Amino acid sequence: MSNASAIEQAPQLAAAAGYDDGIVKKFVWAAVIFAIVGMSVGVLIATQLAWWPANFATPYLTFGRLRPLHTNAVIFAFAANVVFAGMYYSMQRLLKVPMWSKGLSEFHFWGWQGIILSAAITLPLGLTQSKEYAELIWPIDLAIAVVFLSFAFNCAMTIKNRKVEHLYVAIWFYMSFLITIPVLHVFNNLSIPATLTRSYPIYSGMTDALVQWWYGHNAVGFILTTPFLGLMYYFLPRAAERPVYSYRLSIVHFWALVFLYIWAGPHHLLYSALPDWAQTTGMVFSIMLLAPSWGGMLNGLLTLRGAWDRLRTDPILKFMVVAVSFYGMSTFEGPMMSIRSVSALAHYTNWVVGHVHSGALGWVGMISFGMIYWVMPRLYGRKLYSDNLATIHFWIATIGIVLYTVSMWGGGLTEGLMWRAIDESGQLKYPIFVDMVAKQAPFYWMRVVGGLMYLGGVFLMFFNLLQTAMGAAPAPAAAPAAK
Amino acid sequence: MAEHWHRRLIEGKSGLMAALTTVLISVGGLVEIVPMFTLDSVPEADWIDPYTPLEVAGRDIYIREGCYTCHSQMVRPFRDETLRYGPWSHSSEYMWDRPFLLGSRRIGPDLHRIGGKYPDAWHYEHMKDPRATSPGSIMPPYQWLLEWKIDAADVQASVLALSRVGTPYSQEEIDGVPAQLQQQGGEIVERLKGSGIDASWDDEIVALTAYLQRLGTDRPSPVAQGGGE
Repeated sequence: MSNASAIEQAPQLAAAAGYDDGIVKKFVWAAVIFAIVGMSVGVLIATQLAWWPANFATPYLTFGRLRPLHTNAVIFAFAANVVFAGMYYSMQRLLKVPMWSKGLSEFHFWGWQGIILSAAITLPLGLTQSKEYAELIWPIDLAIAVVFLSFAFNCAMTIKNRKVEHLYVAIWFYMSFLITIPVLHVFNNLSIPATLTRSYPIYSGMTDALVQWWYGHNAVGFILTTPFLGLMYYFLPRAAERPVYSYRLSIVHFWALVFLYIWAGPHHLLYSALPDWAQTTGMVFSIMLLAPSWGGMLNGLLTLRGAWDRLRTDPILKFMVVAVSFYGMSTFEGPMMSIRSVSALAHYTNWVVGHVHSGALGWVGMISFGMIYWVMPRLYGRKLYSDNLATIHFWIATIGIVLYTVSMWGGGLTEGLMWRAIDESGQLKYPIFVDMVAKQAPFYWMRVVGGLMYLGGVFLMFFNLLQTAMGAAPAPAAAPAAK
Repeated sequence: MAEHWHRRLIEGKSGLMAALTTVLISVGGLVEIVPMFTLDSVPEADWIDPYTPLEVAGRDIYIREGCYTCHSQMVRPFRDETLRYGPWSHSSEYMWDRPFLLGSRRIGPDLHRIGGKYPDAWHYEHMKDPRATSPGSIMPPYQWLLEWKIDAADVQASVLALSRVGTPYSQEEIDGVPAQLQQQGGEIVERLKGSGIDASWDDEIVALTAYLQRLGTDRPSPVAQGGGE
C-alpha cells in the first residue's frame, strides 16, 4: 500500500509538531473498552426481555436498573470517548497547534472516566433521577459540568491560539457540541437535593417532561450527531483522500441543523398531555430537520466521488459509507415518526427502539469504528494488524444492525397494531396485555442475535487493535483472489 | 473557485461563530419552554392534593427500580387506550409530579389508571411473583420489596426538598411525616391482613402500593374532560 510509509512516519511527524497524541490513544482505548461493556449490558437486557429469569432475582441486575446503565454506557462512555479522541486528534491538526493545556486534557480524561465509573456503581444501586440520559444523581451532574467545561475551555483556548485563520467545517460542529451540551445539561438538571443521592427537579409535570425531551432529543442531536458530523468531515476526506464535496452545502446544512434541532424535542410527547401548540411546533421542526440532515449525508457521500472503487478493498471506507447511509436512513425515519399520526402507532413500541439503534449502531457505531481503524495505525506508526479481520467486523456488524432493526420494526408494528385493534362489536380485540407481550418473544430473540453479532464485531476490533498496538507483525493478507 | 465572501468574515472568526451558534441554539428552547411558565399552558388543579409522605416514598421506590423503563403513565386520547386503561390523561394530573414519569416505552401496560383497579393484596402478590397474578408476564419478581424497609427520616428529607421546589407541604405536615407514614401504612396493612397477608407499615411494598393506588385517581370532573369517556 502506498500509504504504508506515511503511517510509519505519522508518530514522528506528530511529535515534531508537538501534538499530544497520547491523549488520543487513551480516549480510543477507553471508548473500545466501554463499547464492550455498554453493549454487553445491552445484550443482557435484550435477553432479559426475551427470557425474564435473566434478571437473576437480585435487585442490582434487573432490567429497570440496567437499561439506564446501558444507555449511559454507550452514549457517555463509548460515543463520547470516541468524540473526545477524534476531537483531540483532528483539532490539533486542523488548528496547527497542540492542545492549549496538556494538564486540562489529562484532567478531562481521568475526570470523565471517573464519572463513568461512578455511573456504573450508582445506577445498579438504583440511584437515579429517572430522566432518560440524565439519570445520574446530582453530585455526578456537578462533576460532569466541571469536567466538560474544563474540556470546552481547553478547546476554546486552543482555537484561540490557532495558527490558521479559517476554521474548518469540523471545528464548527465541535463548537456547537461544546456550547450546547452544557446548556442542556445545566437546565435539565436544575433540582433541589433531598439527600446526597436524591434530588427533585424544579420543574413539575408536563413542564418537566418538556424540559427533559428538549434535553433528551438534543443529547441525541449534539452528542450523537453534530460532533460525529465533525468527525465525518475530518476523517472521511482523510480516509478517502478527497476534499469535501461542497463548502457551501456544509455551511447551509450546519446552520440549519444547529437552529432546527433544538425545536424537535416535543415529538417525544405527541398525543400526550403537553399543550397542543408545543406538540405541533415539535412536529413541524422535526420534519424540517430532514433537509439539513440529508445535506450532511449528501456532502459525506459525494466526498467519495471518484473513490468509490476503493470501497471494494478498504474496510475503513466501508464502515464510513455505511455509517453515512444509516445516518441518512435514520434521519428520514425520524421525521416520518414525528408526524402525529405515525407517532400514534409507533410511540411506546419497539419501533422507537429500532429507530434509535439504526442511528446508534448504524451511524454512531460504524463511523466510530471507521475512525478508530484509521487513526490507531497512525498513532502507533504501524499498519493495522489485519484488514481481513476489520472486513469481517464490518460484515457481521452490518448484518447485526439489519437483524436488530428489522426485528424491532416487526415487533413494534405488531405491538402498535395489536394495541389498537378493535373488533366488530367495538371492543378491544386483544384485551389481555400479556397476550401481546408474548407475541414479542421471537422479535426479542432475533434482536439478541443481532446485538450479539454487533458485539462480536467489537471484540474482533479490540483484538485487532491490541495486536496492532503491541507490534505484532501484520497478518499476511489473504492471497489475492484468483484472477 | 472564487473565495466565498463569508470565509474570512464569519468562518474565520471563532468568537463570532460561537456567538451565532449560541443564539441559534437558544431560540427554539426559549420559544417552546418559556410559555410553559408564562402562559396558562398547564391548567392548575386546586382539587389535587400533593402526594402523601407514604406515596412520596412509594414513588421514590418506583423511580429506584426503574418501573418507568417498562411502564408508561400517559393514557393517550385514543379509543383503544380509553377502553384498555380508562379516561385519557390530563396535564393537571401531573402537577405534583417531580420528576415526571410519563415513560417512553410500554413493555408492560400503562399504569396511569392503575389506582383502585386492583386490591392492595393484588399488588403484593404481583411484586412477589408477577406470574401469579399475570400469567405470561415477563416482569422480574421484586421480592426484596417485601423485606426492605422505608426510613421515616429519609422520607422526611424528601418531603422537605419537595416543599423547597414548590410543593405546598406545611411545616406541620413535614414534622408529621413519621406519624403520617404509620397511619397510612397501617391502613394498607389492615387491608392486606384481610387477605391473609402479614405486612408492616414500613415495608417498601406498602409504600409502593400506596403510590400505585393513588395513580390516576385525581381525574378532572367529566365536564373538564370534555364530556367524559
